[in-house]
Amino acid sequence: MYAWIWRHLPGGTGVRAGTAVLLVLAVAALLLFVVFPAVSEHVQVWQPSL
Amino acid sequence: MIRRLVHGLSELAVTAGAVLLLLVVHEVWITDLFSDGAQEQVAEELREEWSRPGAGPAGPALGEGFAFLHVPRFGSDWTRAVVEGVDPAELDEGPGHYPGTAMPGEQGNFAMAGHRVGRGSPFLALDVLRPGDAVVVETADAWHVYRVTTTSVVDPSENRVVSPTPGGPPGGPPTGAFLTMTTCHPKFSTRERLVVHAELEGSVPRTDAPQGPAALQEV
Repeated sequence: MYAWIWRHLPGGTGVRAGTAVLLVLAVAALLLFVVFPAVSEHVQVWQPSL
Repeated sequence: MIRRLVHGLSELAVTAGAVLLLLVVHEVWITDLFSDGAQEQVAEELREEWSRPGAGPAGPALGEGFAFLHVPRFGSDWTRAVVEGVDPAELDEGPGHYPGTAMPGEQGNFAMAGHRVGRGSPFLALDVLRPGDAVVVETADAWHVYRVTTTSVVDPSENRVVSPTPGGPPGGPPTGAFLTMTTCHPKFSTRERLVVHAELEGSVPRTDAPQGPAALQEV
């Protein structure tokens, strides 16, 4: 999968590396600020009540 | 063929590992951002409600703030708005009051739950409380000063800690005015619960002490 993405990124090695980093950051931000908060409204890892 | 399969599976494993690491980052740090914002909003709404003339609602709705908790041992300016309810949505906002247990200052057990790590971490330092420490609850019309009596670590099924008389039968009669705080124990785990009990020392009407009781300045 990662090799496939790399082959399809435009530009030379430098530009590709930059785009790849941006892609990783975008996915991380999506998970941290959209996906996990939406899921954690229903499921909590640590429930402190009895 | 086998080679491609192994390659695909290892990429999947690396991806899953990265996602799990991100989940930990979310639980420990990112939830704090959201919860701090929610707590600030609840606190602001409560101060505003109190500043309006006229009596407030009879009982707080789930997720609504109704009192401020002050623990001088956590810092002289440490304060959290207490919300009604102990479900995930409510505890995201701050320490939550077990519905059905006593209200601040009343006979019975004013019991609260709060997160230990993440989601604002209101009860992160609950283990530093010592017998005799002040726990002050500020309500619309009074300051209630409680003194810590005991700290214990119990099994999550031990619901008698929030009984009207802590440790007594769940529906039993209250033998005094108590306060109970429960949180996760150990940190990053829900294996057990850390429980702090306190007993009411006295209540002061707000009109007699606009700046709060002397216990606020302790430690």
